[in-house]
Amino acid sequence: VDTIGEMSCNPSFGGIGKGVLVREVDAMDGLCGRMADLGGVQFRILNRSKGPAVHGPRAQVDRVIYKRNMLQTLQTYAGLDIKAGSVADILLDRSTELDEQALKRLASQDSTLATSSATVVGVRLESGEIIRARKVVITTGTFLGGEIHIGLKAFPSGRKGEAASIGLSKSLKDAGFRLGRMKTGTPPRLDGLTIDYSRMPKQLGDMPVSSFSFIHDSVPHANDQVVCYQTHTTPAVHDMIRANFDQSIHIRETIRGPRYCPSLESKVKRFSEKESHLIWLEPEGLPEHTSTVYPNGISNTMPEDIQQKFLRMIPGLENVVMTQPGYGVEYDHVDPRELKRTLETKRVTGLYMAGQINGTTGYEEAAAQGLLAGANAGLAAVHSKAECESQEAPQLTLDRSDGYLGVLIDDLITRGVNEPYRVFTARSEYRLSSRANNADLRLTRRAAALGL
Amino acid sequence: AQRKLAVRQAHGELFRMYEGWRVKMVQLRAQIEAYIDFSEDENIEDGVYTQVCLEAKKLADAIRAHLNDKRQGEILRNGVALSIVGPPNSGKSTLLNKLAQRQVAIVSPIAGTTRDIVETTLDIGGYPLVVRDTAGLRKASSDVIEMEGIRRAVEAAQEADIRICMVDAQQALDCTTKPSDSFLQNAEWQALLDLPHTFVVLSKIDTLKSSDGIQAAAQAWAQSQRINNRIVPISCANMFGWESLMQLLADDIRTAWGTSVAQQMPLTKTRHRQHLQQCLEHLDSFESIGEDMVVLGAEELRGA
Repeated sequence: VDTIGEMSCNPSFGGIGKGVLVREVDAMDGLCGRMADLGGVQFRILNRSKGPAVHGPRAQVDRVIYKRNMLQTLQTYAGLDIKAGSVADILLDRSTELDEQALKRLASQDSTLATSSATVVGVRLESGEIIRARKVVITTGTFLGGEIHIGLKAFPSGRKGEAASIGLSKSLKDAGFRLGRMKTGTPPRLDGLTIDYSRMPKQLGDMPVSSFSFIHDSVPHANDQVVCYQTHTTPAVHDMIRANFDQSIHIRETIRGPRYCPSLESKVKRFSEKESHLIWLEPEGLPEHTSTVYPNGISNTMPEDIQQKFLRMIPGLENVVMTQPGYGVEYDHVDPRELKRTLETKRVTGLYMAGQINGTTGYEEAAAQGLLAGANAGLAAVHSKAECESQEAPQLTLDRSDGYLGVLIDDLITRGVNEPYRVFTARSEYRLSSRANNADLRLTRRAAALGL
Repeated sequence: AQRKLAVRQAHGELFRMYEGWRVKMVQLRAQIEAYIDFSEDENIEDGVYTQVCLEAKKLADAIRAHLNDKRQGEILRNGVALSIVGPPNSGKSTLLNKLAQRQVAIVSPIAGTTRDIVETTLDIGGYPLVVRDTAGLRKASSDVIEMEGIRRAVEAAQEADIRICMVDAQQALDCTTKPSDSFLQNAEWQALLDLPHTFVVLSKIDTLKSSDGIQAAAQAWAQSQRINNRIVPISCANMFGWESLMQLLADDIRTAWGTSVAQQMPLTKTRHRQHLQQCLEHLDSFESIGEDMVVLGAEELRGA
């Protein structure tokens, strides 16, 4: 239970495009915006000079505070029960029993044309315990069949120190879902006390601070915002990486990583003429909680010793101590064309999916989908309990003009994904009207009408 | 057949040119979007924005040049518009019929025979022509229909690519009519004469007392009337001057609208023209929007 509220990668929320999503989530009573405000230690609006249509609110968030608040809020949330356990299998009810042949045919159904052949009735945990449920929402993040790569080592895991979800992968395949594989990565973590900031350009937070949540007028840490610093890689670093390409299994061309968040190896390979790449040193929280620094821009899967070596070649990091190596994660995901606009799967009634399992990347994208899928699962469950079989359950569906969440879902379910999907302002042709500053005007009333 | 082949070939080239523009446009959009979505986090190279503006301007200039082809392609497709105008009974309908080599228009000695525009398509020197015969121009008349006919005649002349202003040679040269009566002084008539591609034809020279020294007399008359256009004396009855007239027309068409090897690709479809014009509007808008409004600029590029 205490892994709730853990941020896998970048200790920050928001950004260009993503910031609008956080606002949209908040507008519909989602939590991450509020939590980010409470735990935020540096706030900035990106693209400030380019006009409100492309403003991207962003905040560095203290991991400890965020987690604590999130956990507390959820544990005291009315009507919410939290149970911890590892899900091994989803339990389905099929109207007719299917044999090998039929199952094969089911699996070969095109994602876009898949039809429902089963209804979800619950899940079974690793322990054997069965939890019955009318609706199930799967949000496995990068854990589904997750495999971590550091150097040449590969081991099943979803996030460093946590087990991957293997059984579930198999259940989904058996149910006929088309799975794909993607990869993402995270940079090493550094001990801030061993960094020499004296010659680095600084980046301060905004003053006054613009909060994520429409409910907040101010944020608690506006006056003790942390400072971020800028440094860069050097040709020596690039040479070292190039010399050790063979030490890293991450450069497998067939598995797609995000083009917008390339690993350092990818950067060096693709942009070999660039002499240096930018690195942002971001504190992971307030000084009293941690001195760990997150170096944004150098995610990689080099062996640990190589990582420590090249880190020391970076200006300002000559004496740095690496507290955790960077690593890559490969994971399974479902073809999002298997989903309806409500994020319910076409193949299994009552089963919803949200987050990285749909091929997206980023907390914001996951949160937004989660809100929508959860809302719809809830609305449908309540509806079926009330046994109004004649009408359709009220559902939250958004189209492209409603906002970035609408664009996100529309892109996923109509085009599928061939690399981890991240939102940008360029994704939305309604960019001028779907702005961070009007998310509440656009969505709050809709959500409230449905009971959110 | 040769011409058809050439046109088909031109269309292939046209497609390639348009496709090239479209690809360029997509590239420009991509750069702008990258500038908007990434320049804060990553290090986008400096000068991306200025580069895009430069390229957009080049593109706009290319499109503008293509559009300014003097309707070349369309003329090729629809035919050169030639209007025959002049005072009543000057021999316009006769000329039309002679050109068409058939009795297209009604001819009679009664002034005011032609009331509406009579048109027919011809081929002169290989170029397609749409010839329009019009009502005789004269000052205020009590006949409503004739007035409308005259109005249409003037309009047709103004919109035409080539004008033939016909004057009865006898009336002009023999100076029997008082100057104030003739339509030749009218401001509209003068305006027509001032338009490019306008020729003055002196007709019915077979009716003149003497037909020698005709050219000199014609020139003298032109000078006295302060007419700068080419004068062609003809007679539809004995075909005097016919060849010169045909040659003149063909030459004029060729120099103005003929296609030569070094020429730009002709725009043949109005639909293309419309699209290109809209595109140009967007590109011009983009140019006028400054860097601080780059997002609005991006919208313009998208429209383009």
